[in-house]
Parts: sequence; structure tokens; C-alpha cells
Amino acid sequence: MTATVPMEHALIVAAALLALGLVGVLIRRNLIFMLMSIEIMLNSAGLVFIIAGNQWKQPDGQVMFIFILTVAAVEVAIGLALILQVYHHYKTLDADAVNKLRDQKT
Amino acid sequence: MLMNTVFYVSALVAILSTVLVITRVNVVHALLYLIVSFFSVALIFFALGAPFVAALEIIIYAGAIMVLFVFVIMMLNLGQRSREEERLSLEPKMWIGPSLLAGVLFSELIYLIVYTGNTAVSSAVEITPKQVGIALFGPYAIGVELASMLLLAGLVGAYHLGAGRTSNSSSVTGDKT
Repeated sequence: MTATVPMEHALIVAAALLALGLVGVLIRRNLIFMLMSIEIMLNSAGLVFIIAGNQWKQPDGQVMFIFILTVAAVEVAIGLALILQVYHHYKTLDADAVNKLRDQKT
Repeated sequence: MLMNTVFYVSALVAILSTVLVITRVNVVHALLYLIVSFFSVALIFFALGAPFVAALEIIIYAGAIMVLFVFVIMMLNLGQRSREEERLSLEPKMWIGPSLLAGVLFSELIYLIVYTGNTAVSSAVEITPKQVGIALFGPYAIGVELASMLLLAGLVGAYHLGAGRTSNSSSVTGDKT
């Protein structure tokens, strides 16, 4: 028993999640919030793969979702390790504080 | 028909909880709403006929990845000062510009989806884990190899970053450089 909703409605949900993740990356300066927003965007990309895979009755979409899941897990592990290092060095999670590469003349 | 209702309700819950994630000032509250968002997306997967991926979403996203976030938040020990900073950085002049730009992009996406696509109805067929497994270890075997190499690289990278030069804390692994 599966839902028989129009494909557009499911794609609109995925687009809304992607836009919300983009807004989260843009408006937050806390590194943990930015990482969580990137997770939301990756999840919405996976949702599009699932929708398309079920539309054409092929398992390829779910296979691609498993690969996206792998990428998300690795990205979170590396990102959180980097966040721990940033917090140890700067004692803050503000993305604006990490500016050692900035040109000193500006 | 019942599954259609499940789809629409869980889509609404997913969008609402995601809005709450990006507007909270407390990290732990945002994390809990993110777990709700992942659960409702898993319910969308189930309603669309992908039960294996729905289980994976709950086990890996809402389970493993969120546990990583919880551990890091516990290690960072963020307090009142962090909440005050977040509250200051969330005033309207900070978020209204990016939200407008993202809203323009979102409306363009909606336009492309609604007015240029076909009006096909989502298929009423369920793709079983058996089909997924046959595809994963058949034509996509090279992708599985690449994913294993990516996981190995992530493991080495996370170990190097996590156990390397943490200056003020004693390393639990004992082999500090």
C-alpha cells in the first residue's frame, strides 16, 4: 500500500526542505547550525532521488540514497572533528572568528 | 487513500520542524527538532513505497548521525553565552535578506516543477529491499567500493583531527604526537 500523490507535490516538499536548509546556512553563524542545515539539504537531495526512483519503478534511486547517506555520515564525522578543533583554538563556534586566512591589509 | 493523508501530514510536519530547526537559539532544541524532521522524512519515504530506505533514514540519520551531534554538543559545553550570541545574530536585519533570496530561488524551483513538468501520478508500487540489494551489489558494485574508500578516508581524517593536537585535554588514545 503506497501513496498515490502527484509527483509535483513530493518534489515541492523536497524543494522546500532544500530552500530551508539554504536559509539555515546563510543566516546562522554558529558552525553546528550550519552543519545541521547542510544535513537538511543533503536529506532533501536524497528525497528527490527516492521520488524519482519510485516514479520510474527502479531501485536505482534507493541505491543513490544509500550513497548519499554514506557521504553525509563521512561529512558529519569530519565536520564535527573540525568543529572541535576550531572550538579548542578559538573558544567560540562563530564562523566569523575563523579568519586567519584573511588579508591583513583590508 | 490513507497513505496520501500520511504523506501530506508528514510533509507538513517535516517543513514545520525544519523551520523550527533553523530558528532556535538553543542547539539542543534545534537538534531535537531535526530528529523530528528526519522521522517525518522517513515517513514520507515509507508512504512513497521505499520501506528499506525509511528504516535506513531512522537508523543512520536519526540514530547514528544525531548521536554524533549530541556527543559533540556535550563535549563543547555551550552555555548561556552561546544562546545570547545566537539571539543577537537572529534579529530581522540579519535574516531577511538571505531569506528573500532563498525565497526567490524556491519560487523558481516551484515554477519549474509545476509548470514545465508532466503531471504523472506517483507509482503505487513498492520497491523491496531485495531489488535494492541486487542493484547495489550488481551494476553499482564499483560505487560500493568507492563508498568503502570514502568511509576509510573519513575514518582516518576524523581520527587525525580528533586525536591529534588537542592541546588542553589528555588524549584517551595515549599516542599524542
